[in-house]
Amino acid sequence: MGHDVFEITVNAVKLILIFLIMVQAVPILVWLERRGSGFIQNRFGPNRVGPLGLMQLLADAVKFLTKEEFMPANGVRVLYYGAPVVALVPAALAFCAIPLGTPMHIEAFEMLGASWGPYTFLVQGYEVGVGIVFILGVSSLASYSILMAGWGSGNKYSLLGALRASAQIISYELALGLSIVGIILMYGTFNLTDMIQLQAGALNFSVSGSKMVIPFLPNWGIFFQPLGAIIFFAATFAESNRLPFDLAEGEAELVAGFHVEYGGFKMLLFFIGEYGHMLVASALMATFFFGGYQLPFVTPSDVLSWAQGIFGVGTAASVVTGLIHFAVLFAKIAVFLWLYIQVRWTLPRFRYDQLMDLGWKTMLPWALFNTIATAVVIFITQS
Amino acid sequence: MPLEAVIFIAVFISLFGCFLLFLASKTGGKTKQDPVKFESYECGIPVQEKKDTKVSVKFYLTAILFIVFDIEIIFMYPWATSFREFIQTGMGASVMISMGVFLAVFIFGLFWEVKSKALDWE
Repeated sequence: MGHDVFEITVNAVKLILIFLIMVQAVPILVWLERRGSGFIQNRFGPNRVGPLGLMQLLADAVKFLTKEEFMPANGVRVLYYGAPVVALVPAALAFCAIPLGTPMHIEAFEMLGASWGPYTFLVQGYEVGVGIVFILGVSSLASYSILMAGWGSGNKYSLLGALRASAQIISYELALGLSIVGIILMYGTFNLTDMIQLQAGALNFSVSGSKMVIPFLPNWGIFFQPLGAIIFFAATFAESNRLPFDLAEGEAELVAGFHVEYGGFKMLLFFIGEYGHMLVASALMATFFFGGYQLPFVTPSDVLSWAQGIFGVGTAASVVTGLIHFAVLFAKIAVFLWLYIQVRWTLPRFRYDQLMDLGWKTMLPWALFNTIATAVVIFITQS
Repeated sequence: MPLEAVIFIAVFISLFGCFLLFLASKTGGKTKQDPVKFESYECGIPVQEKKDTKVSVKFYLTAILFIVFDIEIIFMYPWATSFREFIQTGMGASVMISMGVFLAVFIFGLFWEVKSKALDWE
C-alpha cells in the first residue's frame, strides 16, 4: 500500500470516528436533557421505552427518519435543503480541529508479511496552526444556515425568527471573540495544543522575573482569566441559541422560529448542528480555561511514565495514555454540557431589547476591560 | 498530507453523512399530494403577507456595526499573540501605546454607537 493511500485511509477513518462521536452524542444529550428537565421540574421525563427510557433515543431517531418528507410550496428549494447541511458541516469541521488527547506513538511492527514503520497519530481530526481563528471562523458560518432556513422556508415567522437569531448570534460573537483575546495574551499562541501544554502542572506565574508557585491549584486558564471565562461561556449560550437566549425560537411569539417549516431528517440535522455547537463550545471551554485533556496537577508525561511502568515502554503505554486523556477531556465536556442543561431549565428567557443590551452594552465593554486589564498586567509583570 | 486535503476529507465525510440520513429518510412514508399540506404554516387562515414581509431596518444596522467591530477585534488577535515577544525584545511600551490608541478609537466608537441610540430596541 502506497504512502499516500495509507495516509488518506488513516485520516478518513479518524475523521469518520470523530464525526460519529459528534453524531452519537446528540441522542444521548437529548435523552439527558429530557431526563434532566424532568428531574429539575419534579417529574419523570421519558421512562417508558427501555430501561430508564434509554431506548427513547432509538425511537426518536427512527421517528425522525420515517417522518414524511416534503417542502412547503412557497419555499426556495436550494436554501430550504441547504440550510440543515450548512448547520451541521461547520460544527463537524470545528469539532475536528480540537485536540482530544495526547498523540499516540505506534512502534514499528510486522503484519501481513510486511513491516510497518513507527507512526504518530494525533487524537484530533487535523491540527490547524491557527486553531482558534479556524474554529471561530468556521463555527460562525452557522449564522448563514439560520438565514438560509428563514428565507428558504417562505414563511414570515421563519424570516422573523431567522433575522432575530442571526442578529443575536453576530452580536454575541463580538463578546465571544473579544473574551478570547485575554487568553491569547496569556499564552501567546493560536495553537490549541500549545495552549493546553502551557496549562500543565500547578499554578505558576512570574512577577518581574521571580517565579511564584501556588501548589494547591492547577495551572488552568480560569485562574488567570475568570472574567474572560464567564463572558466566553455566556456568549456560547447565545451562539448555540440555548435558553436563556433562545429568542430565535421564541415559542410564544414565533411558534418555532426559523425551523417552523422543518421536520423529519432536516430537523435531525439541525439538532445535530445545535448540539454539535454545544459540544464544540464545551470542548473550547475546557481547552481554554480548564487545562484541556490534562488531569489537574498531572502532566501528560507523568501519565505516560505511569503507563510505561505497567505496560512497559512501547505502543500499549502510549495508547493507554492517549485514551486516559481522551476520557478526561470528555469528563470535562460532560460537566459543561450538564451546565448548559441546568441553566436552560433554571433561567427565564430575556426580552429582545434586554438581550441586545446585554450583548452590546454589558458584555462587550466588560470583555474590552478584560483585554485591557490583561495587557496592562502582563506589561507590568513581565517587563 | 496537506491540511487542505484533510479538511476536504472532513467536509466530504460530513456531507456524506447528511446524504446517508437523506437516503434513510426516503424509507419513510410516501408523500400524499394535498394542496393544503404545502401551504405555509399559519393559524388556519390563508397567508396574509408575503414571505418578503417588511422587517425592521435595525437588523441591517446591527449587521453593519457587527462587521466594523468584528474587524477591529480580529485586528487585536495578532497583537495578542506577539505581545509577550515584543515585551521580551524591549519593545513592549511602544506596542502598548500604539494598541492603546487603537483601543481608544474602539472605545470611542462603542461610546458613540451607544450615545446615538443605534443599539436601542423599542
